[in-house]
Amino acid sequence: MSDTMINLENVNYEYKSSEGEFMALKGINLEVKKGEFLVVLGHNGSGKSTLAKLINALLLPTNGKVYVNGMDTTDEEKIWDIRRTAGMVFQNPDNQIVATIVEEDVAFGPENQGIEPREIRKRVDKALEIVEMTKYKKHAPHLLSGGQKQRIAIAGILAMNPECIILDEPTAMLDPTGRSEVMKTVRKLNKEQNKTIVHITHYMEEAVEADRIVVMEEGQIVMEGTPRQVFSQVDKMKELGLDVPQVTELAHELKKEGIDIPEDILTVEELVRAL
Amino acid sequence: MMIKIENLNFIYNPDSPFETKALNNINLEINEGDFIGLLGHTGSGKSTLIQHLNGLIKPTSGSIIVDGVDITEKGADLKSIRQKVGLVFQYPEYQLFEETVYKDIAFGPKNLGLDDSEIDSRVKKAMELVGLDFDSLKDRSPFELSGGQKRRVAIAGVLAMEPKVLILDEPTAGLDPRGRDEILGEIKDLYNKGNITIILVSHSMEDVARLVNKIVVMHKGEIAMEGTPREVFRRAEELESMGLGIPQVTYFMRKYKESGNDVSSDVLTIDEAKEELLRYLRRNGND
Ligand SMILES: Nc1ncnc2c1ncn2[C@@H]1O[C@H](COP(=O)(O)OP(=O)(O)O)[C@@H](O)[C@H]1O
Ligand SMILES: Nc1ncnc2c1ncn2[C@@H]1O[C@H](COP(=O)(O)OP(=O)(O)O)[C@@H](O)[C@H]1O
Ligand SMILES: [Mg+2]
Ligand SMILES: [Mg+2]
Repeated sequence: MSDTMINLENVNYEYKSSEGEFMALKGINLEVKKGEFLVVLGHNGSGKSTLAKLINALLLPTNGKVYVNGMDTTDEEKIWDIRRTAGMVFQNPDNQIVATIVEEDVAFGPENQGIEPREIRKRVDKALEIVEMTKYKKHAPHLLSGGQKQRIAIAGILAMNPECIILDEPTAMLDPTGRSEVMKTVRKLNKEQNKTIVHITHYMEEAVEADRIVVMEEGQIVMEGTPRQVFSQVDKMKELGLDVPQVTELAHELKKEGIDIPEDILTVEELVRAL
Repeated sequence: MMIKIENLNFIYNPDSPFETKALNNINLEINEGDFIGLLGHTGSGKSTLIQHLNGLIKPTSGSIIVDGVDITEKGADLKSIRQKVGLVFQYPEYQLFEETVYKDIAFGPKNLGLDDSEIDSRVKKAMELVGLDFDSLKDRSPFELSGGQKRRVAIAGVLAMEPKVLILDEPTAGLDPRGRDEILGEIKDLYNKGNITIILVSHSMEDVARLVNKIVVMHKGEIAMEGTPREVFRRAEELESMGLGIPQVTYFMRKYKESGNDVSSDVLTIDEAKEELLRYLRRNGND
């Protein structure tokens, strides 16, 4: 079996509407390995959600090919397999909740897949345990905090047993506590459940721990590499209007002043050691 | 203009099973020309507090004196208070409703009964302050605009009232870094022009550290700290115990100092840290 989870080959995507056409993705080539934790960084309008929707077969490429676990997203017979393989979590937790009790909400996906009730029970319990929401299973989702709601949405995806989870700015509407809860869950999915993760965000703190980052701008991938490789290009990141960790920027400034330190500092501890 | 809050208490849903004490004996003075950063964990009472300042919420007890007038008294002229104290809600773009950008921004001034030429000049000025091009955007529907632009329209609507005190509840929530920097830049420019007091509710220690001249920290409905950014960010452990932090550079300087380097950890920004480190490193001949 191949070790590639997602592969985009020369993908263009054009939105067509009454007002005209808009090329939202231009010549995207991207391979995501099984078990990889990929972060996609970029501004609003850079094409991140379009990319996510192409992977989930919610959109089909105008040119080029998108493969999910070897399946071509234009193959209509495979569409449900593709969506089961790559589950999506969206930005607004309120739009993803369908039931009035947490465990029913989590069971919704597998129920729709026609899974038998005993297996659903097992999956729901396990999913809630992974996102650490077991004790809320009888609660009403709308009374939970944003971070908790988002973890319920993740549990709902997990209950469908996907190999890959795509999260489209799942933390954008959350406060710092909610953001760190969701990030802890995402890391756990990757490290302990071995899920392939495509995490879309504009918070650079969330990108620091990724295996790899791609930076999008105007429908293209303009930077790619490990967090260390990407963030050490402070000037380029700033030009793109993206953040880098304050210590990375500080190290960069000191280096410009002739202080002899590495360019690719990422954490407070590294900078303390370097100076 | 000054705001003085005295012994303010507020309870949501009193005498019901859902009773929540949101504000507990708040005492605070806001002086003319202050630029205040209001910090606190979600649920600490920030939004409840600021909605008291223009009379949107009536206190359970206590008084709020705006420009010498107790706005909690019966018969207080709330219309004139809301003109003086402008409040931009969180995610204000959800409250846009007019069919054009112009009409949305003009809504408040129109309600003040201003004449058309005054309204026109205020709309123009407000749009300029938030970086929206008047000619190309005035007739557009606000709903067609990008998220960042919609938010600017909402802010411009409050600015067009020419408030003396501007309160913004997490104005950068959900924006990308560029959108955030643009809006914060516009708020800063507005402040630097003078004649305005600003209260900024924020979750970003880094943003607050470089913008405001006073910080108020709320915790469980009470004011837990008050002081300059330097004073407040010295109390890192206390902030952490409230689920808050300090800017990463400030944290770094503390760690660097703890590991035996004789530097001041009293820095708030990257520039200050750089200056302090260069002074220290060069004196020690690492050059
Ligand atoms: N349904 C649509 N019709 C036309 N243009 C669209 C549509 N959805 C997105 N776009 C445009 O495509 C570009 C990329 O959008 P998107 O993928 O949503 O970016 P991001 O998720 O990075 O903010 C933007 O310029 C956006 O305006
Ligand atoms: N409309 C409301 N009804 C009942 N309780 C509320 C309402 N709004 C806020 N609260 C409660 O009041 C407290 C303070 O909330 P809020 O002022 O919104 O805090 P913050 O803005 O700091 O997040 C919280 O416990 C919150 O749950
Ligand atoms: Mg998007
Ligand atoms: Mg609030």
